[in-house]
Amino acid sequence: MAEDYILEMRGIVKEFPGVRALDNVNFKVRRGEIHCLVGENGAGKSTLMKVLSGVYPFGTYEGDIVYNGEVQHFKSIADSEEKEIAIIYQELALIPELSVYENIYFGHEITYGKKINWNETIIRAGEVLQKVRLDIDPSVKIRTLGVGTQQLVEIAKALSKNVKLLILDEPTAALNEDDSQNLLQLIRELKESGVTCIMISHKLREITAIADTITVLRDGATICSMDCHEQEITEAEIIKHMVGREMNNIYPPRAKHEFGDVSFELKDWTVTDPSKDNREILHHVNINVRKGEIVGLQGLMGAGRTELALSVFGNTPHYKITSGELYMDGKKVHFKNPKSAIKGGLAYVSEDRKGNGLILIQDIKYNNTIANLEALVQGLAINKNEEIKVSNYYKDSINIKAPSIEQKVGNLSGGNQQKVQVAKWMFVEPNVLILDEPTRGIDVGAKFEIYTLMNRLVEEGMSIIMISSELPEVLGMSDRLYVMSEGTITGELTAEEATEEKVMAMAIKGGAVNE
Amino acid sequence: MSDEVKKEVEETAAATGGMGGEIVSLLKANIRDYMMYIVLAAIMIFFTVGSGGTFLGGRNITNLFKEAGHVAILAIGMTIILIIRHIDLSVGYVAGFSGAVAALLMTKGISIGSFTIGPVNEWVAILIVLAMGALIGLYQGTVVTKIGVPAFVTTLAGQFIFRGLLLRTTAATGTIVISDTRVVPKDFVGKPPTNYFNQLSNGYIPDLPIELPIRLHLLTVIIGVLMVLAFAWSQLKTRRNKLKYNFAVTSMPVFVLKLGFFAAVIMFFMILLAQYNGLPWVAVIIGVVLLLYNYVLNQTKLGRYVYGIGGNDQAAELSGVNVKRVTLYAFISMSTLAALAGILFTSRLRSASPDTGSGFELDAIASSYIGGVAVSGGIGRVTNTIIGALIITSLTNGMNLMQINISWQYIIKGIIFVIAVAFDVRTRQAAK
Repeated sequence: MAEDYILEMRGIVKEFPGVRALDNVNFKVRRGEIHCLVGENGAGKSTLMKVLSGVYPFGTYEGDIVYNGEVQHFKSIADSEEKEIAIIYQELALIPELSVYENIYFGHEITYGKKINWNETIIRAGEVLQKVRLDIDPSVKIRTLGVGTQQLVEIAKALSKNVKLLILDEPTAALNEDDSQNLLQLIRELKESGVTCIMISHKLREITAIADTITVLRDGATICSMDCHEQEITEAEIIKHMVGREMNNIYPPRAKHEFGDVSFELKDWTVTDPSKDNREILHHVNINVRKGEIVGLQGLMGAGRTELALSVFGNTPHYKITSGELYMDGKKVHFKNPKSAIKGGLAYVSEDRKGNGLILIQDIKYNNTIANLEALVQGLAINKNEEIKVSNYYKDSINIKAPSIEQKVGNLSGGNQQKVQVAKWMFVEPNVLILDEPTRGIDVGAKFEIYTLMNRLVEEGMSIIMISSELPEVLGMSDRLYVMSEGTITGELTAEEATEEKVMAMAIKGGAVNE
Repeated sequence: MSDEVKKEVEETAAATGGMGGEIVSLLKANIRDYMMYIVLAAIMIFFTVGSGGTFLGGRNITNLFKEAGHVAILAIGMTIILIIRHIDLSVGYVAGFSGAVAALLMTKGISIGSFTIGPVNEWVAILIVLAMGALIGLYQGTVVTKIGVPAFVTTLAGQFIFRGLLLRTTAATGTIVISDTRVVPKDFVGKPPTNYFNQLSNGYIPDLPIELPIRLHLLTVIIGVLMVLAFAWSQLKTRRNKLKYNFAVTSMPVFVLKLGFFAAVIMFFMILLAQYNGLPWVAVIIGVVLLLYNYVLNQTKLGRYVYGIGGNDQAAELSGVNVKRVTLYAFISMSTLAALAGILFTSRLRSASPDTGSGFELDAIASSYIGGVAVSGGIGRVTNTIIGALIITSLTNGMNLMQINISWQYIIKGIIFVIAVAFDVRTRQAAK
């Protein structure tokens, strides 16, 4: 029996000035399956999906898109939507100030005559929200919802258009474990109801759990397509295809070493948020970190991990510290702004490298030195030769891949951007480094390099606090970890004690875990 | 062949592609910067032809610099404001008000309640007015940074306020005429001393006491030569440094060609000026302000922070930059420069009138954008802004020479402005 393919992309070639982004890609999706598309950053996954959805219109690429047995010539997203194909991007495309129902029907409003039928809109929005098992009032504004909920609203929006082929571009990248599981379950249910899904993801555990077929892209070419029902596909196998080499250790080993004195200690740290009626967002937090130690800070989205980091880092207009003390190397300190925190030996690598970590329109050396220009100033002027030396040193030392340090950071891949962020803070030479989601959205190879770098830093005596939503990563890298839930530390585990089950239990249940 | 060897071979091939090829690729890569010079040159040639040669005469070029004075000073300050993604709509009337206060201080003096100041001499008046400008900037910057009123609103309100204050200042006398001599007490005997205020925008640097057979301002020529030498020296130094760190540089012939071109342009204008009355003081003032701001923006921490805030203010804040303080400094600098612009404009007209300053902000903003400040912020150079100011002033000056009606002048300036920004936006998109 011939297979029933809903989509076949044949010999797709897409070129940008100077780059061949897709080189003769073949991609076949069976009707009603969950098809995962994996590959390192820059492998061409997003480009392929943009070709499919009409972002790159017919004529700008070579090859054929065959959908439901017919060759398609999509000239715009509207064309592909008409064929019931919907794509949900990494960056959510909802309008924060509009309500959920307005967003769901934005662009395909329900009307009678020229007028929008709001009553019908609200009723129908309620129906699609049920389909994604979202129990919220359709009239609340998007900005009041969490990222996970917004993601579900996006899917509801796609369902409201009777989508038959749903493309999800890293849907769980910004979600915590709990929300991710929810979303994956929902995708399974959609499959049951006959929707075909293509999912792009970096999270291999999710992929092996959910995929019917896995296609691996590397350097703009199809490497292989694997049927998960014929054989068991392991993460190691996927990685092998992605990077083109065997990768046995996802987490590089760290030389055993003794930890030093406590370099960072928070006592009774309580914080309120002035923008939310002074609601208490962190309650009596006590944590400490020793020299040479990597301490993980795990918790679900909204547990208050980033808030903890930023409130310590002196980002005060946003956070009000109502009680608590911070000790750096045993000395009590108070940081009134990031500048004083940096002077005090603390550094914070942002979770949102594009949003508030890097200055994308500036080059590598600018970003490398911006947090510590004091070290380069002679008299009034910046010593630019010294700056070049410094930046070249870090580029070589941590292997930032770029033609030169005069390359604009916005043109680098996610992994290299992350390295620039780390280089920026290494140059500050902090005693304590807070890494917030250091490997979000970067590929396996770059992750390994970031982990190796973390090992090097703690071996040199730095203390690292690592915030991450990826449980395996926290377990793999931490010497010790704290679990947070709703602004409270709910548990402390050593590397030996920690298991995924224990951590999740603490993260979900709050303070009542004592086994 | 290994990759590295291949790359080297390719590079050599590119290098042997010849000087012509290199110039073309250089032009293509920096089209945004070079376009400005091309446009300025085209405008100058057009008006020279249109005015039968008058435009590029020593007298008119001198006038052009004098007319560019207040626009250039405002545009330098505006460039920083636009880089950090704010705007200042109040600068026109801040300039007008400042000029009027200076005029009043030198003529009748100012009484507020029982407190009376002046008449004072021009230098005291200038210092008072500049300090007042800084205070205005402190006020507007505080409202923007501490209270959080958007700069657009704050400075639009400022436009109302300072327009009103300008009218109040000139209410008693209407236009305030500034005499070329100082106001002296009634019992003063002898010739009243010179008031140098009007010389700021109308005077020239003195010449060396050497007799020449032709009419040529020798010191102006010497300054021109020194400028060329300083320019060449700094370019050479930059090039040597880049070579030291293996950065891409232009080949030596192209480098010399570029240097020669700029040297020729500088000398051309300096000799034109020298054939008339020499270098005007106002050009010296623009030059000093330009050098100062260029230094701050390119060489100091403060300058780095300005670009950082424009590129991503949150990232800058988390990198330890005090965003609010730098923003406050930018507004203080802007209003202080507006006061200076007001002084220069009042000096040129030898009087302050109730409508001085109307529309100055438009010329300043247009100059900055034409000079390549990115509409999305984070990018811009004061040296290029000066070219933008020269383009705007050349348009005004040239169209006046050709006796084009003021209504058409506005329309033409508007069209050139929007084309310049459209070009800027498109080339930046293409670069992505």
